[in-house]
Amino acid sequence: MTLKLNTIKQQLISAFCELIPKTAILHQAEELRPYECDGLSAYRQTPMLVVLPETIEQVQGIIQTCKQLNVPVIARGAGTGLSGGALPLADGVLLSLARFKNILGIDPLARTARVQPGVRNLAISEAAKTHGLYYAPDPSSQIACTIGGNVAENSGGVHCLKYGLTVHNILKLDIVTIDGELISIGSEALDSPGYDLLALMTGSEGMLGVIVEVTVKLLPIPEQAKVIMASFDDVYKAGQAVANIISAGIIPAGLEMMDKLAIQAAEDFIHADYPLDAEAILLCELDGSHIEVDELIPLAEKVLHDSGATETRLAKDEAERAKFWQGRKSAFPAVGRMAPDYYCMDGTIPKKELANVLKRIADLSAEYDLPVANVFHAGDGNMHPLILYDANIEGELERTEEFGAKILEACVEAGGTITGEHGVGMEKIDQMCVQFKSAELSQFHAIKDAFDPLALLNPGKAVPTLHRCAELGAMHVHDGKLPHPELPRF
Amino acid sequence: MNDQSQQLQQQIKTAFDNKMACNIVGSGSKNFLGNASSAEETVSTKDHTGIISYDASELVMTVRSGTRLKDIDAALAENNQSLPFEPPAFGDDASIGGTIACNLSGPARAYSGAARDFVLGAHIINGKGDDLHFGGQVMKNVAGYDASRLMAGAYGTLGLILDVSLKVLPIAQSEITVKSELPVNIAIQTINELSAQNLPITASCYFDNHLYIRLNSSEKNAQSVSQFICKKISATEIDNSKAFWLSIKEQQHAFFDTEEPIVRLSLPATTQSLNFDGEQLLEWGGALRWLKSDLNIKRIRQTIQQYGGHASVFRNASSDIEFFHPLEPGVKQLHQRLKQAFDPAGILNPGRLYKEL
Repeated sequence: MTLKLNTIKQQLISAFCELIPKTAILHQAEELRPYECDGLSAYRQTPMLVVLPETIEQVQGIIQTCKQLNVPVIARGAGTGLSGGALPLADGVLLSLARFKNILGIDPLARTARVQPGVRNLAISEAAKTHGLYYAPDPSSQIACTIGGNVAENSGGVHCLKYGLTVHNILKLDIVTIDGELISIGSEALDSPGYDLLALMTGSEGMLGVIVEVTVKLLPIPEQAKVIMASFDDVYKAGQAVANIISAGIIPAGLEMMDKLAIQAAEDFIHADYPLDAEAILLCELDGSHIEVDELIPLAEKVLHDSGATETRLAKDEAERAKFWQGRKSAFPAVGRMAPDYYCMDGTIPKKELANVLKRIADLSAEYDLPVANVFHAGDGNMHPLILYDANIEGELERTEEFGAKILEACVEAGGTITGEHGVGMEKIDQMCVQFKSAELSQFHAIKDAFDPLALLNPGKAVPTLHRCAELGAMHVHDGKLPHPELPRF
Repeated sequence: MNDQSQQLQQQIKTAFDNKMACNIVGSGSKNFLGNASSAEETVSTKDHTGIISYDASELVMTVRSGTRLKDIDAALAENNQSLPFEPPAFGDDASIGGTIACNLSGPARAYSGAARDFVLGAHIINGKGDDLHFGGQVMKNVAGYDASRLMAGAYGTLGLILDVSLKVLPIAQSEITVKSELPVNIAIQTINELSAQNLPITASCYFDNHLYIRLNSSEKNAQSVSQFICKKISATEIDNSKAFWLSIKEQQHAFFDTEEPIVRLSLPATTQSLNFDGEQLLEWGGALRWLKSDLNIKRIRQTIQQYGGHASVFRNASSDIEFFHPLEPGVKQLHQRLKQAFDPAGILNPGRLYKEL
């Protein structure tokens, strides 16, 4: 550590000691190690300091101190993010919200819950259950991930097509600005005057403010949920079945697809009774009142058969339904058993492009000689190709990242996006140059500047500098067209 | 189909170069909303029309801002789909651009979501004349800040919307509306209790001592739920459901036929009835309340603020009052800085939303 950095570190420690107990300031190497990465462990960096405040006033004081000393602040929830959004900086303070773990109140009549940012996603639904209510967005990490992180990433899950993303399921946020000011955005009414800052803050990856309280909407727990598993001998037919279900006017609560490799991995791991001879399966969950579900099940089964399903199986009871889902929800760790490492992608495409994009992924898989298991939220076009690799083989991580980047570029070409729900973070910062033009990136920087003119809140994430895109563009010239041609080359 | 993107971009660019303030208008059906604009120049999106893409199985429509709501509704209806936020038109030629810019949603709002909830992407021209695409045409997209949703409710002060991509949904097979005579606070309690159950409620309204609840679902489910509610709260089915909700949505109901100011109160839904002088009509489970009153708006705002609500003068406002509820100082500062970020010369609909924006 340089002398200057060490001086700043000492200054910060003494200033923080005035604000929070010494035990809430971590500064020894071994204390800092657990914070060196989030869910994307390929990227690691030990922070200068970690602080664990417990009150909003403490957060305000910490941020004011950092601003005075011109030190970056990176907010962190449970650290389950998959894009390196909470990756620390060597010269930055990591602000953990882990101690903000209280549910402040549930209003069953208004169907809302006021929670601190460190409350786990699933804990909200567990607390609301006695009132017959739940919190709808359910990212696969919901046992561990926190609501503050969910808001920062605009997290999704398997039920987004019907119930929306985080942005659709929150009402109000209390945030601390870079000036240390506490402000409320949104309201407990259904709208608030002025700009939709609630939408802007959701998914802003900790770059505009630090979330210190969230008011979420709660929904009634559906009376009934049933799941159909449909097998297909062709992955494209499964894709067509998804379109046919929606064209029939059915909005499933969840509509998930897995390809052969993913089915095999899940079956070996969980024994969910998946058909090993199928090229693809669809899990189609329908929920609502008893009458609604009983009406929709035969309709959905018919559409699936008409779309070429070789078999459909309706989970006969709650236990079998849970088993079908367990296979899907364990797909990532299951695939993880097939190779030393895997790399999870998160592009979204219009559903009609599924066949083309799958073909492109298969071609790339052959070209890079790296297998891919495909798991996706088929109802909303959000793909999670999992590239299997071995980081111990020299150069394989780099090849995997290059392969992954090409998948994301294929998603953009197909009219989709580089990230459906995992966020840009550090991981996909270069692909932002593919998805957005310079003018759009400049507008993002202007938004950032409006909230954080000194660029101290999670700097360097989510939005690349134009300089970075220009340098990257010089390396990846596609069809002879130089991206961002208006920028000077270095 | 008429693509005027380039002309519109050029108009904004020229206005930026000349520091000339612009009044962005579609068909003009929402001119009554917001403060009067002081701009000399008019930029019209009225002829920038056409559905760019619509695939029913994707549940997404991309449409130019001048496209009439009625044309969008007709195209969606061919596939038995609709805009789930049930936007009021407030005029025959209402366009989607104005609807999104004003973030206008109808009776379904409390149950399906607001206009902003269905915005997937927006193609805009900012105040410097830059042509920008934000969001996209897919349900899940977290690349970059959500600048497309930010356009909803910005009243054109951050950018001119060229086209928007919207999520659409199927129309339910059957519709039933039930009506019950209840005191206002019991009605607020009742509709919120019912909303906490698995019932296909898609709209609610209270006025003249009666609670109206709309159900949209399959025929069998709607009938079953209707019987349940009728029994529970001594309600009866009405026979002109569609006409009734159209009159509420378009404010053609007798309640709205007045020369008095109509104040729009937005409140936490479960707030008890607030006893202002003047008649009230409630929607959205109590979260939206229309008040016919010539009371001093400042007094109304002071009161409603204590309940976590806000008030705007929706109809028949006198020109000397601020249309929208004033912002808290910290939030106001962020608004000013965002305005500066999108429209540094302050040429887009200046003053329409707030005098300082």
